[in-house]
Amino acid sequence: MEKLKYALFTGCTAKESTPEQMMSTLAVANKLGIELVELTEASCCGASHLQDYDDFLSLVLNARNIAYAEKHGLTMVTICNTCQLNTAMTKHRLDHNAELKTKVNEKLAEVGLEYKGTSQITHFLYAIIDDFGLDKIKEMVVKPLSQFNIAPFYGCHNIRPSELQNETHKNPENPYMPTSLDDLIIACGGVNVNYEEKNKCCGFHAELQAPRTAAVLTGNAVAGAMDANADWMVTPCPLCHLKLDTQTHHASVAIGREVSLPVLHMQQMVGLALGCTPDELGLKHHVTKVNFI
Amino acid sequence: MDTIKTQQVTFKVFRFNEETDYLPYYNTYVLDVTHEEVVLDILNRIKWDHDGSLSYRRSCRHGICGVCAIKANGKGILACKTRLFDLVETFGNEITIEPLSTKRAIKDLIIDKKDFWDKHAQVKPYLVSDIEEHPEQEHLVSPHDAEKLLEADYCIQCGACHYSCPALAVNEEYIGPAAFAAAYRFSADVRDDASIERLHIVNEEAQGVWDCVKCMECAQVCPKEVNPIEKITKLHNMVFEAGIAKDNVATRHAVGFAHSIAKHGLLDEGELVRYSEGNIGVLKHVPVAMKMFAKGKIVLPWNMPKADKLDEIKKLIKSSSTVKF
Ligand code: SF4
Ligand code: SF4
Ligand code: SF4
Ligand code: FES
Repeated sequence: MEKLKYALFTGCTAKESTPEQMMSTLAVANKLGIELVELTEASCCGASHLQDYDDFLSLVLNARNIAYAEKHGLTMVTICNTCQLNTAMTKHRLDHNAELKTKVNEKLAEVGLEYKGTSQITHFLYAIIDDFGLDKIKEMVVKPLSQFNIAPFYGCHNIRPSELQNETHKNPENPYMPTSLDDLIIACGGVNVNYEEKNKCCGFHAELQAPRTAAVLTGNAVAGAMDANADWMVTPCPLCHLKLDTQTHHASVAIGREVSLPVLHMQQMVGLALGCTPDELGLKHHVTKVNFI
Repeated sequence: MDTIKTQQVTFKVFRFNEETDYLPYYNTYVLDVTHEEVVLDILNRIKWDHDGSLSYRRSCRHGICGVCAIKANGKGILACKTRLFDLVETFGNEITIEPLSTKRAIKDLIIDKKDFWDKHAQVKPYLVSDIEEHPEQEHLVSPHDAEKLLEADYCIQCGACHYSCPALAVNEEYIGPAAFAAAYRFSADVRDDASIERLHIVNEEAQGVWDCVKCMECAQVCPKEVNPIEKITKLHNMVFEAGIAKDNVATRHAVGFAHSIAKHGLLDEGELVRYSEGNIGVLKHVPVAMKMFAKGKIVLPWNMPKADKLDEIKKLIKSSSTVKF
C-alpha cells in the first residue's frame, strides 16, 4: 500500500488541555506508518461558537485553514469532532454556493490565498477505518484489549448531520446506529458495550452558558456506560473527552449519583492495542485516573 | 409487475392509558411486512386485525399534517413517511414503537403536545404588521426576500425535533428547535414588524438560543429538512446585528473566540473561560482547573502557543468581521 499522507489540523485543545490527544495521534500515526504534515498556520475553527457571533468571519478563517491543506495537495485530517464539523460545513457551503465562495476568496486574496475546494476533509477515526483499514489494524494488534468492556462515545459532531458527514465516508455512518467506533474497538480486540447514550450529546458546548444542562448530559452518558458494565469509555473527540474526564463531579451532583469512568481518546485505545507505552500515549494527563494499565 | 418482498418483524408497541394504567407496558406483535409498507400501515394492521384499542394520531397520510410523528427505536419519524424496510436496515428485525415523549403519553402513542404549542405561542409565530384595510395594490415579496426564509417555512409542527432535543429534555424553559425555527421564519419576513420583540424573547437566558448544546439532533431528525439549528445560528447572528445582545456569559463566550483568535490565532481556553465568566464568575471553575493543572492540562498565559503566519489571521479578522459587540 502506498504510504498514507495527510495534512493534520490539530485544533486548539491538542495544544492546550488535551496534550495526550496530540501525543497519541503522533504515536499511532507513527506505528501505522501514516505521515502527518501539521498545518501550523491553521487558526481555531471557532468551535461552533464563533459563527454565532460572526458567521462570515468563521467561514473565512476555516476556508483559510483548508486552503493550506490544498497547498500541500493533501486531504485534511482532523482530530476533533467539532473541528471536523466546522471545517467540513465550511467546505460544503463554499462548494455549493459560488457567490459565497467568491466573497470568501476576495478576502483570502488579501493574504495571497485561495480556497479551491480540492482537498477532502476527514476525521482521523474515518481515515483509519476507510483508508488504512480495520483488517490491517487487526493484524497489527500486539496487545489485544480482550479483557475490557469498552463503551464507545461517538460525539455529535462526527455523526450529525449525517448528510454532510457521509459526503466523506466510504461506508455511510447511521447516526441512530453508528458502528465505526464499535468496529474499531472490536478490531483492537476489545468488547464493545452497547448503551443508549453512545450517540448522544455530552453537553460540552453549553458548559458555561447552561451548566446544569451540560452536567446532566455528561452524567447520563457516564451513567449509561457504567450501567452497561463498561470498564472505560473511548471517544474520537477531545471536547467530549474533556467533558467526560474532567467534569464528573458536576455531573454526579447534577444527576444525584456518583459517576466516573476512565475515558480514553480513540488514538490512545488504538495505541495501547498496537503496543505503545502509557507514557507515549500521555495516559498520565487524565483527571479521571486511567487505573487499568 | 414488481415482486413483493416480505420479511418478518417483531414490533414492541408502547401501551399506556392515562385513565386506567399506573405504568406503561409493551405489547409484542410479530408480522410479515412488505417492502411497500410504512409504519402507519403496520399501526393500522395492528389496530384493525389485533387490537382495536391501540391509539395513535393520523390524518393526511402524506407527510403534510405532522400528527403521526412517533419514535421507532428512539428515532423520531413520521409514521406515514417511513418505510419498514428502511427501519429494519438500520435497527434489525425488532422495532420498538413509542410515542414522541413517553413522559407525555396520554393514550398509547398519543401525547399531550401542550408544551410544544405553548413554546410556539411564546415566539409569536405569525406576521405582525400594520396593514391598510384597503390597500391600493398587493404587497409584493421579491423572490430574493422570500429566499431569506430558507426552509423555515416547511415546518409541519410534527414535534419530532422538539421531543428529540436534549437541551429541552433537561431544561423545560428552553424554547426548543421548532419554535426557534418559527421565530426565525417570521423575523426574517420582510413584511413583519415584530422582529426585535421576538429577538428579545429568544435572547433571554435559560429559555433562549444560548442554551442550545449544538447536538444537531434537530437537523438530523426533521422529516421536512427544516434544519432548525441553522435557524438558531441565524437568530444568534440577528441578536448581535440588532445590537440587543446582552453583556452576559453566553454572548461573551461567542465573542471571546474572536478576541482569542485575533491574539493567538488559536483559542486561549483559560482566557475564554475568564472572559466569559468575568473575574468573579471564573472562581467557580478553580477547583476543576487546579486538577487539570496538576495533570498538565492548563497552558499558562506566557506559554500560550501561537499559529504561524498570525499576521494573516489578524489581517483577515480586521477585513472580514461583519459585526461589533
Ligand atoms: S473545536 Fe476546539 S479544538 Fe477544534 S479548533 Fe476549535 S476550539 Fe480548537
Ligand atoms: S442542536 Fe440545539 S436545538 Fe437542536 S436538538 Fe440540539 S440542543 Fe436542541
Ligand atoms: S422543524 Fe421539522 S421536526 Fe421540527 S416540528 Fe418542524 S417539521 Fe417537525
Ligand atoms: S399522517 Fe399526516 S404527516 Fe403522517
